[in-house]
Amino acid sequence: MESVLKIEHMSKKFDDLIVLEDINLSIDKGEVVVIVGSSGCGKSTLLRCINGLEDIDEGQVLLDGETVNPGNRNLTKSREKIGMVFQSYDLFPHKTILENAILAPMKVQKRSRKDAVEEAMRLLDRVGLAERKDSYPRQLSGGQKQRVAIVRALMMDPEVLLFDEVTAALDPEMVREVLDVILDLAKQKRTMLIVTHEMSFAKAIADRILFLDDGRIIEDSDPKEFFTSPATERAKRFLRTFEYEK
Amino acid sequence: MGFEVIFKGKNFIRLLSGLCVALRISVISVAISIVLGIVVGMLMTLKKPVINAVTRVYLEIVRIMPQMVLLFIVFFGFTKMTGSNLSAELSSIIVFSFWGTAEMADLVRGCLISIPVIQYESSKALGLSRLQTYVYVIIPQIIRRLIPLSINLITRMIKTTSLIMMIGIVEVLKVGQQIIEANRKSAPKAAFGVFAVVFLLYFLACWPISCLSKYLEKKWEN
Ligand SMILES: Nc1ncnc2c1ncn2[C@@H]1O[C@H](COP(=O)(O)OP(=O)(O)OP(=O)(O)O)[C@@H](O)[C@H]1O
Ligand SMILES: [Mg+2]
Repeated sequence: MESVLKIEHMSKKFDDLIVLEDINLSIDKGEVVVIVGSSGCGKSTLLRCINGLEDIDEGQVLLDGETVNPGNRNLTKSREKIGMVFQSYDLFPHKTILENAILAPMKVQKRSRKDAVEEAMRLLDRVGLAERKDSYPRQLSGGQKQRVAIVRALMMDPEVLLFDEVTAALDPEMVREVLDVILDLAKQKRTMLIVTHEMSFAKAIADRILFLDDGRIIEDSDPKEFFTSPATERAKRFLRTFEYEK
Repeated sequence: MGFEVIFKGKNFIRLLSGLCVALRISVISVAISIVLGIVVGMLMTLKKPVINAVTRVYLEIVRIMPQMVLLFIVFFGFTKMTGSNLSAELSSIIVFSFWGTAEMADLVRGCLISIPVIQYESSKALGLSRLQTYVYVIIPQIIRRLIPLSINLITRMIKTTSLIMMIGIVEVLKVGQQIIEANRKSAPKAAFGVFAVVFLLYFLACWPISCLSKYLEKKWEN
């Protein structure tokens, strides 16, 4: 398998707080990697360091062999190859759904409007929101907004997609519609890095599970193995918090 | 009722030109305030202690000092201190811009900090450059919030120009008083009519502006 994303000896500090320590990771094309771990262990920071939203203190992130972080002037070029969807709704409120989707393709990739609109409509249709193209974000439900955010990220045709707890702010009945879209992306062999607290979803979608604890990857394993017999005590305890006993 | 004096001689023309003086001073001051206010407002979001201290003091001065006191300080004070003459109109523009810049800066600061960080971050994640982020994402959102607020400031400025007659500028209210004085014998009740017309002129100057504001607010509601 050919590796798309490579992280070498990456460390990240906030002042004196070490948030990520010596992270090494290689992700293959088409692989779906799910990152789990307790709150505050550094999952969001890991994703933010990968697409350059945070500077890193040591090491480097490579996409197709090119350094994307630590950044240089050309960082925007490589950043457009890494799509990201956040936990909180981040659509542009003054633009319609369609305009949200076509802004970056037109301004960053300089694609024609006609071309961008065509693709946006195709993708919106795929997530069941084609008829809402002229709505504004505030007229949509949380689940619909997240599906649009996914479309907007897909419009740049990224090589890697990062998802940071994209369902965490949603009402339970809306979680499914968003996760289905991500499952669909997995079927299309998209390379994805997913942070989630939905364990059954993680089990269903992951090719590989990373367990992050206190800024380190302490398990990197097959999902079956991770969920049935985790190697570390920390992971066992973490998984137990999702079980209920009478 | 006193309306007859309005159209006597050149009275109406004089009232209109008085209004023009007031509007000219407000328009120039508003233009200066918007430009400087945006700059100062952006400086205020940089979180630099020195800039913060200076702008805090500046805003407090503007808040505490009545505009009339500022006018007297600039118009009479400057003349006393330097011996040279500052025209009344220039003094008014300085004072109105000083005041307007402070208020505008505060509005701009408020709008800027009300834009969530995630808007900058998701733009960045989509590959938009810093400039593109401002042009297509941040500034359009700021303008939508700023315009209704700044229109309120503009109308307040136009109204406050009635103070500038205190330093000898013949604006619309002053012309009104002059007309009343001049016709004290022939039309002792002219005051009501004259002030009614002055009221109407202020109204006609401010009303279209607030209509525009309402229209834009409606249009951008989505
Ligand atoms: N901008 C920042 N400045 C200082 N500390 C930060 C900053 N962002 C995150 N941290 C700290 O870094 C650590 C990791 O945060 P991070 O958000 O990556 O955790 P997480 O695993 O995503 O948690 P959660 O599951 O709650 O989202 C936390 O201790 C957090 O307080
Ligand atoms: Mg997080």
